[in-house]
Amino acid sequence: MQQIINFIIRNKNFLLFLLLFSISIVFTIQSHSYHKSKFINSANFLTGGVYNSVNNISNYFSLKYQNNLLTEENNHLKSLLYNRTEKDSIYIDSVTFDNQYKFTSANIIKNSYSLSDNILLLNKGANDNIHEDFGVISSHGILGIINETSENFSTVISILNTTSNISAKLKSSNHYGSLKWNTKDPRITQLVDIPKIASFKVGDTIITSGLSSIFPKGIPIGTVHDFKLDNTENYYEINVLLFNDMTNIEHVYIIENLNLPEISNLLNGNSNE
Amino acid sequence: MNSLFFAQASRFIILVFFQVLIFNHINFLGYINPYIYILFIAFFPVRNNRMTIILISFFLGLSIDLFLDTGGIHAAACVFTAYIRPVLLKSSFGMIYEHQTIRFNTVDFEAKLSYISLLTLTHHLILFCLEIFSISKVILTLQKTLFSSIFSIILIILITIIFSKKMK
Repeated sequence: MQQIINFIIRNKNFLLFLLLFSISIVFTIQSHSYHKSKFINSANFLTGGVYNSVNNISNYFSLKYQNNLLTEENNHLKSLLYNRTEKDSIYIDSVTFDNQYKFTSANIIKNSYSLSDNILLLNKGANDNIHEDFGVISSHGILGIINETSENFSTVISILNTTSNISAKLKSSNHYGSLKWNTKDPRITQLVDIPKIASFKVGDTIITSGLSSIFPKGIPIGTVHDFKLDNTENYYEINVLLFNDMTNIEHVYIIENLNLPEISNLLNGNSNE
Repeated sequence: MNSLFFAQASRFIILVFFQVLIFNHINFLGYINPYIYILFIAFFPVRNNRMTIILISFFLGLSIDLFLDTGGIHAAACVFTAYIRPVLLKSSFGMIYEHQTIRFNTVDFEAKLSYISLLTLTHHLILFCLEIFSISKVILTLQKTLFSSIFSIILIILITIIFSKKMK
Protein backbone atom coordinates (compact mmCIF):
# COMPACT_ATOMS: atom_id res chain seq x y z
CA MET A 1 0.00 0.00 0.00
CA GLN A 2 2.83 2.33 0.99
CA GLN A 3 4.49 1.54 -2.32
CA ILE A 4 1.38 2.43 -4.31
CA ILE A 5 0.99 5.77 -2.52
CA ASN A 6 4.67 6.49 -3.02
CA PHE A 7 4.35 5.66 -6.70
CA ILE A 8 1.38 8.02 -7.06
CA ILE A 9 3.19 10.84 -5.25
CA ARG A 10 6.35 10.36 -7.27
CA ASN A 11 4.53 10.34 -10.60
CA LYS A 12 1.79 12.82 -9.76
CA ASN A 13 2.71 15.13 -12.62
CA PHE A 14 2.64 12.36 -15.17
CA LEU A 15 -0.62 10.95 -13.83
CA LEU A 16 -2.28 14.37 -13.87
CA PHE A 17 -1.02 14.86 -17.42
CA LEU A 18 -2.41 11.48 -18.47
CA LEU A 19 -5.76 12.18 -16.85
CA LEU A 20 -6.25 15.60 -18.42
CA PHE A 21 -4.88 14.49 -21.78
CA SER A 22 -7.29 11.56 -21.94
CA ILE A 23 -10.21 13.80 -20.95
CA SER A 24 -9.40 16.12 -23.84
CA ILE A 25 -9.00 13.19 -26.23
CA VAL A 26 -12.46 11.96 -25.20
CA PHE A 27 -13.90 15.41 -25.93
CA THR A 28 -12.12 15.41 -29.28
CA ILE A 29 -13.45 12.03 -30.29
CA GLN A 30 -16.94 13.05 -29.23
CA SER A 31 -16.72 16.15 -31.38
CA HIS A 32 -15.68 14.05 -34.38
CA SER A 33 -18.77 11.89 -34.20
CA TYR A 34 -22.08 13.29 -35.31
CA HIS A 35 -24.43 14.72 -32.65
CA LYS A 36 -22.25 13.81 -29.70
CA SER A 37 -20.61 17.07 -28.65
CA LYS A 38 -22.81 17.50 -25.60
CA PHE A 39 -20.52 19.30 -23.18
CA ILE A 40 -18.13 21.47 -25.11
CA ASN A 41 -20.09 23.61 -27.52
CA SER A 42 -20.41 27.33 -27.97
CA ALA A 43 -24.21 27.44 -27.55
CA ASN A 44 -23.99 28.35 -23.89
CA PHE A 45 -24.66 31.49 -21.93
CA LEU A 46 -21.05 32.70 -21.77
CA THR A 47 -19.68 32.08 -25.25
CA GLY A 48 -23.00 32.81 -26.96
CA GLY A 49 -23.29 36.08 -25.07
CA VAL A 50 -19.76 37.14 -25.97
CA TYR A 51 -20.21 36.33 -29.65
CA ASN A 52 -23.60 38.05 -29.69
CA SER A 53 -22.32 41.32 -28.26
CA VAL A 54 -19.30 41.34 -30.59
CA ASN A 55 -21.52 40.56 -33.56
CA ASN A 56 -23.77 43.49 -32.63
CA ILE A 57 -20.83 45.74 -33.45
CA SER A 58 -19.20 43.86 -36.30
CA ASN A 59 -22.34 43.45 -38.40
CA TYR A 60 -22.32 47.19 -39.12
CA PHE A 61 -19.27 46.67 -41.29
CA SER A 62 -21.05 44.39 -43.75
CA LEU A 63 -24.40 46.22 -43.74
CA LYS A 64 -24.17 47.35 -47.33
CA TYR A 65 -23.36 43.90 -48.70
CA GLN A 66 -26.02 42.19 -46.61
CA ASN A 67 -28.59 44.80 -47.66
CA ASN A 68 -27.78 44.10 -51.28
CA LEU A 69 -28.27 40.39 -50.70
CA LEU A 70 -31.64 40.94 -49.06
CA THR A 71 -32.81 43.32 -51.80
CA GLU A 72 -31.75 40.78 -54.40
CA GLU A 73 -33.77 38.11 -52.68
CA ASN A 74 -36.78 40.42 -52.29
CA ASN A 75 -36.50 41.18 -55.97
CA HIS A 76 -36.53 37.49 -56.82
CA LEU A 77 -39.53 36.79 -54.59
CA LYS A 78 -41.46 39.80 -55.96
CA SER A 79 -40.86 38.65 -59.51
CA LEU A 80 -42.21 35.23 -58.56
CA LEU A 81 -45.25 36.77 -56.88
CA TYR A 82 -46.30 39.17 -59.65
CA ASN A 83 -45.55 36.84 -62.53
CA ARG A 84 -47.78 34.17 -61.11
CA THR A 85 -50.66 33.56 -63.47
CA GLU A 86 -53.97 34.07 -61.75
CA LYS A 87 -56.05 30.93 -61.52
CA ASP A 88 -59.37 32.27 -60.33
CA SER A 89 -61.46 29.42 -61.51
CA ILE A 90 -59.44 26.75 -59.77
CA TYR A 91 -60.49 25.71 -56.30
CA ILE A 92 -58.12 27.11 -53.68
CA ASP A 93 -57.98 25.30 -50.41
CA SER A 94 -58.01 28.06 -47.80
CA VAL A 95 -59.28 26.00 -44.89
CA THR A 96 -56.40 23.68 -44.10
CA PHE A 97 -53.31 25.22 -42.60
CA ASP A 98 -50.97 22.28 -42.36
CA ASN A 99 -47.98 23.60 -44.22
CA GLN A 100 -45.24 21.04 -44.09
CA TYR A 101 -42.34 23.44 -43.53
CA LYS A 102 -42.03 26.32 -41.10
CA PHE A 103 -39.35 28.99 -41.57
CA THR A 104 -37.63 31.07 -38.90
CA SER A 105 -35.12 33.78 -39.70
CA ALA A 106 -31.88 34.01 -37.72
CA ASN A 107 -28.48 35.66 -37.78
CA ILE A 108 -25.13 33.94 -37.79
CA ILE A 109 -23.06 35.29 -34.91
CA LYS A 110 -20.04 33.02 -35.33
CA ASN A 111 -18.87 31.82 -38.70
CA SER A 112 -15.96 29.46 -39.25
CA TYR A 113 -14.59 27.90 -42.42
CA SER A 114 -10.87 27.28 -41.93
CA LEU A 115 -11.07 24.19 -39.68
CA SER A 116 -11.86 20.70 -40.86
CA ASP A 117 -14.98 20.51 -38.67
CA ASN A 118 -16.66 23.87 -38.94
CA ILE A 119 -19.53 24.80 -36.66
CA LEU A 120 -21.61 27.98 -36.89
CA LEU A 121 -23.49 29.72 -34.09
CA LEU A 122 -26.98 31.21 -34.54
CA ASN A 123 -28.77 33.73 -32.33
CA LYS A 124 -31.98 31.67 -32.07
CA GLY A 125 -32.45 28.78 -29.69
CA ALA A 126 -34.92 26.60 -27.83
CA ASN A 127 -36.92 29.70 -26.79
CA ASP A 128 -37.70 30.25 -30.47
CA ASN A 129 -38.72 26.63 -30.88
CA ILE A 130 -35.49 25.58 -32.60
CA HIS A 131 -34.41 22.00 -32.02
CA GLU A 132 -31.88 19.45 -33.17
CA ASP A 133 -31.99 18.34 -36.82
CA PHE A 134 -33.61 21.42 -38.30
CA GLY A 135 -32.16 22.54 -41.63
CA VAL A 136 -30.45 25.91 -42.12
CA ILE A 137 -30.35 27.71 -45.48
CA SER A 138 -29.47 31.17 -46.75
CA SER A 139 -31.01 32.99 -49.70
CA HIS A 140 -28.49 31.31 -52.03
CA GLY A 141 -28.51 27.71 -50.83
CA ILE A 142 -28.03 25.30 -47.97
CA LEU A 143 -25.73 25.89 -45.00
CA GLY A 144 -26.07 23.00 -42.58
CA ILE A 145 -28.08 21.26 -39.88
CA ILE A 146 -28.80 22.36 -36.29
CA ASN A 147 -26.74 20.35 -33.81
CA GLU A 148 -27.12 21.68 -30.26
CA THR A 149 -29.47 24.29 -28.82
CA SER A 150 -29.49 26.30 -25.62
CA GLU A 151 -32.20 28.79 -24.60
CA ASN A 152 -31.04 31.58 -26.90
CA PHE A 153 -28.40 30.08 -29.17
CA SER A 154 -27.90 27.08 -31.39
CA THR A 155 -24.92 25.51 -33.14
CA VAL A 156 -25.05 24.42 -36.76
CA ILE A 157 -22.98 21.65 -38.35
CA SER A 158 -21.91 23.45 -41.48
CA ILE A 159 -21.72 21.63 -44.83
CA LEU A 160 -18.01 22.42 -44.46
CA ASN A 161 -17.65 19.70 -41.82
CA THR A 162 -16.26 16.20 -42.27
CA THR A 163 -19.18 14.67 -40.37
CA SER A 164 -21.76 16.45 -42.52
CA ASN A 165 -23.62 14.14 -44.89
CA ILE A 166 -26.54 15.61 -46.82
CA SER A 167 -28.58 13.86 -49.48
CA ALA A 168 -28.40 15.71 -52.80
CA LYS A 169 -29.31 15.08 -56.41
CA LEU A 170 -28.82 16.36 -59.92
CA LYS A 171 -31.50 18.84 -60.94
CA SER A 172 -31.84 17.32 -64.39
CA SER A 173 -32.33 13.72 -63.28
CA ASN A 174 -33.20 11.72 -60.20
CA HIS A 175 -29.75 10.33 -59.38
CA TYR A 176 -29.02 10.73 -55.69
CA GLY A 177 -25.74 11.03 -53.88
CA SER A 178 -24.45 12.39 -50.60
CA LEU A 179 -22.73 15.70 -50.11
CA LYS A 180 -19.45 15.61 -48.16
CA TRP A 181 -16.43 17.85 -47.71
CA ASN A 182 -12.75 16.97 -48.08
CA THR A 183 -11.57 20.02 -46.06
CA LYS A 184 -9.54 21.47 -48.93
CA ASP A 185 -11.49 24.46 -50.22
CA PRO A 186 -14.40 26.30 -48.53
CA ARG A 187 -15.97 27.04 -51.92
CA ILE A 188 -16.12 23.43 -53.11
CA THR A 189 -17.79 20.37 -51.61
CA GLN A 190 -17.92 16.82 -52.93
CA LEU A 191 -20.98 14.92 -54.11
CA VAL A 192 -20.23 11.19 -54.01
CA ASP A 193 -22.12 7.99 -54.91
CA ILE A 194 -23.72 9.29 -58.09
CA PRO A 195 -24.10 6.16 -60.26
CA LYS A 196 -21.94 5.83 -63.36
CA ILE A 197 -25.02 5.67 -65.55
CA ALA A 198 -26.06 9.26 -64.76
CA SER A 199 -25.41 11.77 -67.51
CA PHE A 200 -24.52 15.37 -66.68
CA LYS A 201 -22.01 18.00 -67.64
CA VAL A 202 -19.97 20.75 -66.04
CA GLY A 203 -22.24 23.60 -64.94
CA ASP A 204 -25.29 21.47 -64.10
CA THR A 205 -27.16 22.43 -60.94
CA ILE A 206 -27.14 20.28 -57.80
CA ILE A 207 -30.16 20.54 -55.44
CA THR A 208 -31.29 18.86 -52.22
CA SER A 209 -33.13 15.61 -52.77
CA GLY A 210 -35.79 15.85 -50.07
CA LEU A 211 -35.05 12.27 -49.05
CA SER A 212 -33.60 13.13 -45.67
CA SER A 213 -36.81 14.86 -44.43
CA ILE A 214 -34.66 17.69 -43.03
CA PHE A 215 -34.54 19.84 -46.16
CA PRO A 216 -37.42 20.19 -48.60
CA LYS A 217 -36.72 19.03 -52.14
CA GLY A 218 -35.17 21.53 -54.55
CA ILE A 219 -33.07 23.85 -52.40
CA PRO A 220 -30.11 24.90 -54.55
CA ILE A 221 -26.63 23.78 -53.48
CA GLY A 222 -24.22 24.55 -56.30
CA THR A 223 -23.05 23.65 -59.78
CA VAL A 224 -20.86 20.85 -61.12
CA HIS A 225 -17.29 22.14 -61.15
CA ASP A 226 -15.56 18.98 -62.35
CA PHE A 227 -16.02 15.24 -61.86
CA LYS A 228 -14.21 11.92 -61.98
CA LEU A 229 -14.93 8.24 -61.35
CA ASP A 230 -14.04 7.00 -57.86
CA ASN A 231 -11.67 4.11 -57.07
CA THR A 232 -14.24 1.39 -57.71
CA GLU A 233 -15.08 2.97 -61.10
CA ASN A 234 -18.79 2.57 -60.41
CA TYR A 235 -19.67 5.97 -59.02
CA TYR A 236 -18.88 9.55 -59.89
CA GLU A 237 -17.24 11.91 -57.45
CA ILE A 238 -18.34 15.43 -58.32
CA ASN A 239 -16.75 18.67 -57.11
CA VAL A 240 -19.62 21.05 -56.42
CA LEU A 241 -19.00 24.79 -56.59
CA LEU A 242 -21.31 26.21 -53.92
CA PHE A 243 -23.75 29.05 -54.63
CA ASN A 244 -23.18 30.31 -51.10
CA ASP A 245 -20.06 32.22 -50.24
CA MET A 246 -19.50 30.38 -46.96
CA THR A 247 -16.99 32.99 -45.82
CA ASN A 248 -19.54 35.81 -45.86
CA ILE A 249 -23.00 34.93 -44.60
CA GLU A 250 -25.22 36.60 -42.08
CA HIS A 251 -28.98 36.27 -42.60
CA VAL A 252 -30.18 32.67 -42.63
CA TYR A 253 -33.46 30.76 -42.41
CA ILE A 254 -34.11 27.75 -40.21
CA ILE A 255 -36.44 25.15 -41.71
CA GLU A 256 -38.60 23.04 -39.47
CA ASN A 257 -40.23 20.02 -41.05
CA LEU A 258 -43.49 19.68 -39.12
CA ASN A 259 -43.83 16.08 -40.26
CA LEU A 260 -40.39 15.09 -38.99
CA PRO A 261 -41.55 13.50 -35.68
CA GLU A 262 -44.13 11.43 -37.54
CA ILE A 263 -41.64 10.33 -40.19
CA SER A 264 -38.91 9.39 -37.70
CA ASN A 265 -41.49 7.59 -35.56
CA LEU A 266 -42.54 5.55 -38.54
CA LEU A 267 -38.98 4.75 -39.55
CA ASN A 268 -37.95 3.79 -36.02
CA GLY A 269 -41.06 1.66 -35.56
CA ASN A 270 -40.26 -0.23 -38.74
CA SER A 271 -36.65 -0.80 -37.81
CA ASN A 272 -37.61 -2.22 -34.42
CA GLU A 273 -39.80 -4.90 -35.87
CA MET B 1 1.64 36.31 -4.32
CA ASN B 2 -1.67 38.06 -4.81
CA SER B 3 -0.41 40.49 -7.42
CA LEU B 4 1.20 37.60 -9.29
CA PHE B 5 -2.08 35.72 -9.22
CA PHE B 6 -4.02 38.69 -10.58
CA ALA B 7 -1.42 39.34 -13.26
CA GLN B 8 -1.66 35.74 -14.46
CA ALA B 9 -5.46 35.68 -14.26
CA SER B 10 -5.83 38.86 -16.29
CA ARG B 11 -3.27 37.58 -18.81
CA PHE B 12 -5.33 34.37 -19.11
CA ILE B 13 -8.57 36.23 -19.81
CA ILE B 14 -7.03 38.79 -22.16
CA LEU B 15 -5.24 36.14 -24.20
CA VAL B 16 -8.38 34.00 -24.55
CA PHE B 17 -10.43 36.98 -25.72
CA PHE B 18 -7.79 38.21 -28.14
CA GLN B 19 -7.38 34.72 -29.58
CA VAL B 20 -11.07 34.10 -30.01
CA LEU B 21 -12.20 37.51 -31.19
CA ILE B 22 -9.28 38.66 -33.32
CA PHE B 23 -6.64 36.07 -34.13
CA ASN B 24 -9.11 33.40 -35.14
CA HIS B 25 -10.63 35.56 -37.84
CA ILE B 26 -7.43 36.32 -39.71
CA ASN B 27 -7.67 33.29 -42.03
CA PHE B 28 -4.54 34.29 -43.92
CA LEU B 29 -4.54 32.57 -47.35
CA GLY B 30 -7.84 30.96 -46.44
CA TYR B 31 -6.86 28.76 -43.52
CA ILE B 32 -3.76 29.99 -41.66
CA ASN B 33 -4.54 31.28 -38.19
CA PRO B 34 -1.98 32.11 -35.50
CA TYR B 35 -2.55 30.68 -32.03
CA ILE B 36 -0.95 33.25 -29.77
CA TYR B 37 -2.61 32.17 -26.51
CA ILE B 38 0.25 29.71 -25.87
CA LEU B 39 2.17 32.80 -24.72
CA PHE B 40 0.49 32.07 -21.41
CA ILE B 41 2.07 28.61 -21.16
CA ALA B 42 5.42 29.81 -22.50
CA PHE B 43 5.85 32.64 -19.99
CA PHE B 44 4.18 31.12 -16.94
CA PRO B 45 6.58 31.64 -14.00
CA VAL B 46 9.06 28.79 -13.87
CA ARG B 47 9.36 28.37 -10.13
CA ASN B 48 5.70 27.44 -9.74
CA ASN B 49 4.53 23.93 -9.16
CA ARG B 50 4.43 21.76 -12.26
CA MET B 51 0.97 20.46 -11.40
CA THR B 52 -0.43 24.00 -11.36
CA ILE B 53 0.70 24.78 -14.88
CA ILE B 54 -0.64 21.49 -16.27
CA LEU B 55 -3.99 22.14 -14.64
CA ILE B 56 -4.19 25.78 -15.72
CA SER B 57 -3.15 24.89 -19.28
CA PHE B 58 -5.96 22.39 -19.43
CA PHE B 59 -8.49 25.07 -18.52
CA LEU B 60 -6.90 27.52 -20.94
CA GLY B 61 -7.26 25.04 -23.79
CA LEU B 62 -10.76 24.08 -22.75
CA SER B 63 -11.95 27.69 -22.74
CA ILE B 64 -10.58 28.15 -26.26
CA ASP B 65 -12.36 24.94 -27.28
CA LEU B 66 -15.61 26.23 -25.83
CA PHE B 67 -15.48 29.29 -28.04
CA LEU B 68 -14.35 27.52 -31.20
CA ASP B 69 -16.50 24.36 -30.96
CA THR B 70 -13.48 22.16 -31.47
CA GLY B 71 -14.12 19.45 -28.88
CA GLY B 72 -10.93 19.03 -26.87
CA ILE B 73 -8.12 19.60 -29.34
CA HIS B 74 -6.80 22.81 -27.79
CA ALA B 75 -7.03 21.34 -24.29
CA ALA B 76 -5.05 18.27 -25.34
CA ALA B 77 -2.39 20.30 -27.13
CA CYS B 78 -2.04 22.70 -24.17
CA VAL B 79 -1.76 19.91 -21.58
CA PHE B 80 0.89 18.18 -23.66
CA THR B 81 2.86 21.41 -24.16
CA ALA B 82 2.69 22.24 -20.46
CA TYR B 83 3.87 18.74 -19.56
CA ILE B 84 6.96 18.79 -21.76
CA ARG B 85 7.77 22.45 -21.04
CA PRO B 86 10.62 21.64 -18.57
CA VAL B 87 12.34 19.59 -21.29
CA LEU B 88 12.11 22.47 -23.74
CA LEU B 89 13.30 24.96 -21.12
CA LYS B 90 16.29 22.79 -20.35
CA SER B 91 17.23 22.33 -23.99
CA SER B 92 16.94 26.02 -24.84
CA PHE B 93 18.29 27.75 -21.73
CA GLY B 94 20.56 25.07 -20.29
CA MET B 95 22.35 26.18 -17.14
CA ILE B 96 20.14 29.16 -16.29
CA TYR B 97 17.17 26.90 -16.02
CA GLU B 98 19.06 24.34 -13.93
CA HIS B 99 19.82 26.99 -11.34
CA GLN B 100 16.19 28.13 -11.27
CA THR B 101 17.19 31.75 -11.88
CA ILE B 102 15.54 32.20 -15.23
CA ARG B 103 13.83 35.51 -16.03
CA PHE B 104 12.27 35.76 -19.46
CA ASN B 105 13.02 39.49 -19.73
CA THR B 106 16.76 39.04 -19.36
CA VAL B 107 17.61 35.93 -21.41
CA ASP B 108 19.26 36.45 -24.77
CA PHE B 109 17.21 36.52 -27.94
CA GLU B 110 18.46 33.33 -29.64
CA ALA B 111 17.61 31.14 -26.66
CA LYS B 112 14.20 32.74 -26.40
CA LEU B 113 13.54 32.26 -30.11
CA SER B 114 14.47 28.58 -30.02
CA TYR B 115 12.37 28.03 -26.89
CA ILE B 116 9.29 29.68 -28.40
CA SER B 117 9.74 27.89 -31.74
CA LEU B 118 10.01 24.46 -30.10
CA LEU B 119 7.01 25.13 -27.90
CA THR B 120 4.88 26.43 -30.78
CA LEU B 121 5.81 23.56 -33.10
CA THR B 122 4.94 20.96 -30.45
CA HIS B 123 1.65 22.62 -29.66
CA HIS B 124 0.63 23.06 -33.29
CA LEU B 125 1.61 19.52 -34.28
CA ILE B 126 -0.63 17.99 -31.59
CA LEU B 127 -3.35 20.52 -32.38
CA PHE B 128 -3.56 19.81 -36.11
CA CYS B 129 -3.11 16.05 -35.71
CA LEU B 130 -6.19 16.04 -33.52
CA GLU B 131 -8.10 18.55 -35.64
CA ILE B 132 -7.69 16.68 -38.90
CA PHE B 133 -7.76 13.32 -37.10
CA SER B 134 -6.88 11.18 -40.07
CA ILE B 135 -3.66 9.37 -40.93
CA SER B 136 -4.32 9.57 -44.66
CA LYS B 137 -3.99 13.37 -44.54
CA VAL B 138 -0.49 13.55 -43.05
CA ILE B 139 0.70 16.02 -45.65
CA LEU B 140 -2.17 18.42 -44.93
CA THR B 141 -1.46 18.13 -41.20
CA LEU B 142 2.24 18.93 -41.61
CA GLN B 143 1.51 21.74 -44.03
CA LYS B 144 -0.97 23.38 -41.67
CA THR B 145 1.42 22.89 -38.73
CA LEU B 146 4.31 24.50 -40.57
CA PHE B 147 2.48 27.54 -41.93
CA SER B 148 0.52 28.26 -38.75
CA SER B 149 3.68 27.81 -36.65
CA ILE B 150 5.62 30.35 -38.69
CA PHE B 151 2.78 32.84 -38.35
CA SER B 152 2.40 32.18 -34.59
CA ILE B 153 6.13 32.38 -33.86
CA ILE B 154 6.49 35.74 -35.62
CA LEU B 155 3.48 37.17 -33.79
CA ILE B 156 4.54 35.83 -30.39
CA ILE B 157 8.07 37.25 -30.80
CA LEU B 158 6.59 40.61 -31.83
CA ILE B 159 4.25 40.64 -28.83
CA THR B 160 7.06 39.79 -26.41
CA ILE B 161 9.26 42.55 -27.85
CA ILE B 162 6.51 45.14 -27.63
CA PHE B 163 5.50 44.30 -24.08
CA SER B 164 8.96 43.78 -22.63
CA LYS B 165 9.95 47.29 -23.74
CA LYS B 166 6.96 48.78 -22.02
CA MET B 167 8.00 47.30 -18.67
CA LYS B 168 11.38 49.04 -18.61
